[in-house]
Amino acid sequence: MSTPPPRQGTRPVAIVACAQSKSERRIEQANEVELLMPVVTEVYANAGMTKDDVDFICSGSTDYLIGGPFSFVTALDAVGVWPPKAESHVEMDGAWALYEAWVTLQEEGKDVALVYGFGKSSLGDLSRILALQLDPYTMAPMWPDQVSLAALQAQAMIDQGLATEEDFARIASRARHNALSNPNAQVANEKTMEELMKDDYAVAPLRRHTLPPLSDGAAAIIMVAGDRAYDVVDRPAWITGIDHRVDAHAFGARNLAESRSTTKAAENAGVSAGPVDIAELHAPFAHQEILLRRAMGLNESTVINPSGGPLAANPLMAGGLIRFIEAANRIMDGSANRAVAHATSGPVLQQNLVAVLEGAS
Amino acid sequence: MAAEETAQGPVTMLSTPIRLDYNFTAGVAQSKSLRGYAEGRFIGQRCPVCKKVYVPSRGSCPKDAVATTEEVVLPNTATVTTFCVVNVPFAGQSIEIPYITASILLDGADITFMGLIQGIAPEDVEMGLRVEAVWVPKEELGPTLASVKYFQPTGEPNREVSTFAEHL
Repeated sequence: MSTPPPRQGTRPVAIVACAQSKSERRIEQANEVELLMPVVTEVYANAGMTKDDVDFICSGSTDYLIGGPFSFVTALDAVGVWPPKAESHVEMDGAWALYEAWVTLQEEGKDVALVYGFGKSSLGDLSRILALQLDPYTMAPMWPDQVSLAALQAQAMIDQGLATEEDFARIASRARHNALSNPNAQVANEKTMEELMKDDYAVAPLRRHTLPPLSDGAAAIIMVAGDRAYDVVDRPAWITGIDHRVDAHAFGARNLAESRSTTKAAENAGVSAGPVDIAELHAPFAHQEILLRRAMGLNESTVINPSGGPLAANPLMAGGLIRFIEAANRIMDGSANRAVAHATSGPVLQQNLVAVLEGAS
Repeated sequence: MAAEETAQGPVTMLSTPIRLDYNFTAGVAQSKSLRGYAEGRFIGQRCPVCKKVYVPSRGSCPKDAVATTEEVVLPNTATVTTFCVVNVPFAGQSIEIPYITASILLDGADITFMGLIQGIAPEDVEMGLRVEAVWVPKEELGPTLASVKYFQPTGEPNREVSTFAEHL
């Protein structure tokens, strides 16, 4: 077995096991611990491991969703950190917890990491919650909602001749079709582009179908450094490149119709160094898929979001990590050799994390 | 610009009120405890691995990372593991100072929670004090720990600290 060499770091690190909850509009009964617990139990079972095998734990979530402080500490009840474990948390999507775990696994003696992300979008008003990630002096006090900001971006793309409303509908149609084979998806059906174009505008030029669903959900991954990965799974999904870049926080300081941070991250992750079989792009709004695809230079031969992507299921703080899961699953089952996983955070694609996953040849 | 600043002065402060409303999900396990309060009893859960009893339970054992499903009804009697005499007045205080807030370990439980102690002078409270829950009148019971009015001494001898040292 020839493990593909990593572009960054010195130790090869692979995703070896994944688990995710079904995304639902509203999970009424379970609290965060009860939402997370079956997912963590499943990922350990998939890896044939117990909590005692794990050297490092990292999670991604935000207190703004639950409306209470230190909710990530409460969530540790689902994980079992006794005897004491090295543990960390990012106030970001679980994909960034994966990035921190990847960095940690570069250290000799740390071989196995558990990564998870969870979020219930149903507990509060997401439009108001997400407005609080904006500039607190000049932007947040006006409470602009995330759909209106995305609409500004979509309009900029149309104005610059980069896309049409029909293009957005075509993406939504394909996402819903792909989601029919994804048991965890929330929005899955057969609707043609022409049918979807009859939808009302949510905020022009974005029609209803271009918006992601509001989802509650959780996801978990186990990562292993070095050849131990082959003890867990025949075909580990090796992370051969990974990079995170950030665009300006102020919208006025950037061209919304492009994503320079994605381009830079994709370059550093080595996306164009070989053919990309599939790409799981964290594009919550349909037009953002076109934007990301252009920014990464992905051509027509790459299958985009075979899982249905965020238009089919979008649990906040887990949606990016799920992109890694969907990409890794396709490496592990042999249906892809080289895949891209992307996660975004912040308003209108401000932050972008790009990784290349590869199977051993 | 400079002229405007001179006329009105620079902006040095702005106030941006923020309000967010949330639904709270107690969860399956904690809901059982809350419903227990409405019936005037303590309901916890036992870990299937380490056998420890959590009250209220959040549905998992934080030590073993397994779901807790076995329900345990706990008695009204308890031990004060540690306590604090509150002498400082603060806004919204509803009880006359000085009063005692204590960590309460219900008999048969492995985790403490905060409770109010009444019926004993602050200077007489000691670690290991035996107490019992006094519930509000039946018609006032609700799914809240406020259904427990306070804990009062049972008159039994104090427990040795070594018998509950694990829970301090």
